[in-house]
Amino acid sequence: MIEINHLVKNYGSKFAVDDISFTVREGEIVGFLGPNGAGKSTTMNILTGYLSSTSGEAKVGGIDILENPDEAKKLIGFLPEQPPLYVDMTVQEYLNFVYDIKACRLNRERHLEEIRKVTKIDDVKNRLIRNLSKGYRQRVGIAQALVGNPPVIIFDEPTVGLDPKQIIEIRNLIRSLGKNHTVILSTHILSEVQSVCDRIVIINEGKIIADEKTENITQVVEDHRRYAVKIAGPQREVAAALRSIPGVLSVEVTGERELDSYVYRVEAEKGVDVRKPVFYAMAENNWPITGLETVGMNLEEVFTKIVDRSEGKK
Amino acid sequence: MSAIYKKEMRTYFTTPLGYVFIAVFLAVSGFVFAFSTFQTQTSDISGYFQLMIFGYIVIVPLLTMRSFAEERRTRTEQLLMTSPVSIPAMIMAKFLAAFTMFAGTVLLSCVYYLPLFRYSESGPNVGKAFGCLIAMLLLGMCFIAVGIFVSTLTESTVTASIGTMAILLLFVVAAIFNNLIDAYVIRAILSWISVYARYVNFTYGIFDIAAVVYYASITAVFLFLAVRVYERRRYA
Repeated sequence: MIEINHLVKNYGSKFAVDDISFTVREGEIVGFLGPNGAGKSTTMNILTGYLSSTSGEAKVGGIDILENPDEAKKLIGFLPEQPPLYVDMTVQEYLNFVYDIKACRLNRERHLEEIRKVTKIDDVKNRLIRNLSKGYRQRVGIAQALVGNPPVIIFDEPTVGLDPKQIIEIRNLIRSLGKNHTVILSTHILSEVQSVCDRIVIINEGKIIADEKTENITQVVEDHRRYAVKIAGPQREVAAALRSIPGVLSVEVTGERELDSYVYRVEAEKGVDVRKPVFYAMAENNWPITGLETVGMNLEEVFTKIVDRSEGKK
Repeated sequence: MSAIYKKEMRTYFTTPLGYVFIAVFLAVSGFVFAFSTFQTQTSDISGYFQLMIFGYIVIVPLLTMRSFAEERRTRTEQLLMTSPVSIPAMIMAKFLAAFTMFAGTVLLSCVYYLPLFRYSESGPNVGKAFGCLIAMLLLGMCFIAVGIFVSTLTESTVTASIGTMAILLLFVVAAIFNNLIDAYVIRAILSWISVYARYVNFTYGIFDIAAVVYYASITAVFLFLAVRVYERRRYA
């Protein structure tokens, strides 16, 4: 659905985007992840026809955005970093304007009402955008991107400045959009892509440093599996018993305590599942396991690792 | 394109801007009109039209200063630029909206002519008045194009309006300097680019087709420049 080939954008000697290539299939939700200034917004602006690239091509639905911008733009709904709102308009007027400018053909009343319902702004439809809170404004921005039901939706940092409840709502919304749309969203919040996206593209200093499925990306750099195990029993002996299990690399007593159980952080060798041996070893000693969970690496750690790794390669 | 035109027209009336423009236009033109006709008890309106060109230097920027500067400041231009609307269509829509406002207000100011029938049996020379009105609209068109162009250059409405005033002033004053210069070549060039000289011809009752072409070309040039500014920014 989206094809980006060797995209380059430079301002003089500064490369905002430096030879980026990736494709997005229909119905995929792709997270575009990177620190501020990595080139996320630039890439999205090129993809939506706001900026042009220095070289390389960007295609949406097979249409080149530079060669045939008007046709390509019809396929895209875009929420820029700062929602493009006319604050002198009411929500209703604004959406009507967007409907007109996109030369939309769907039933106006029904379509706009549907969008207002989905983005939960129906109750403020007659208020001036000027008087809306940040959260509402952001949602009006999202609503704007949905007008015309474009097959591709591009969100640049959609949850910035929202409160936690709103963030969850927006994420759910994006996830549900992913069922019928191709979605690209950019963010520097890692848990966001983790919870919403099928695939993650990590970009740093204008270059792609990782392009993986969300589940995989955690594993890409994860050399060790870690578990948090809660065990009721004498702390020292339990720790010693855990250490003696083959495949266990290290055991850390975290000092956390829940009733009579202590929490141990167990790190296992790559590719070895130590959960069963741990269970049998503890059962042998009559120390009940009261809890066991996998501690995955969070994306913050993944990200720093990947960035470090790619910088180490240079 | 019609969507942007409609939106612009609405913005003029949902914000104070449109009303301020109409009020300032009518106040300035009313004063100039009273000064140049009632005061001197004449039904000749050429004086009014000649003076009004100076009024436009201040009035027209009110109309155009926001058009692109504000969109740029609030980032709403991103919506326009990523919509399936071409850049020329976007600029044309804004130009036409400003011109509609201008032409509408000029028409409104025509009520001024009615009292002139007091001063002479036949009233003001209707043919000449029509000529002057056309000249006024042509001049306005040209000034609006300049204003639109300047507005694309900045994201500050204040800078846009002052910049527009400066360019318009230069346009108008060029002809006045003209009389002070001896060198024929420079004089020829200055009078060729002078907006003023051609305008004044109309107020004497001369309908000059060449002037119409001239104003249309100036308008086209500045609108084209505005298009170029947007294209360049995209490719920058």
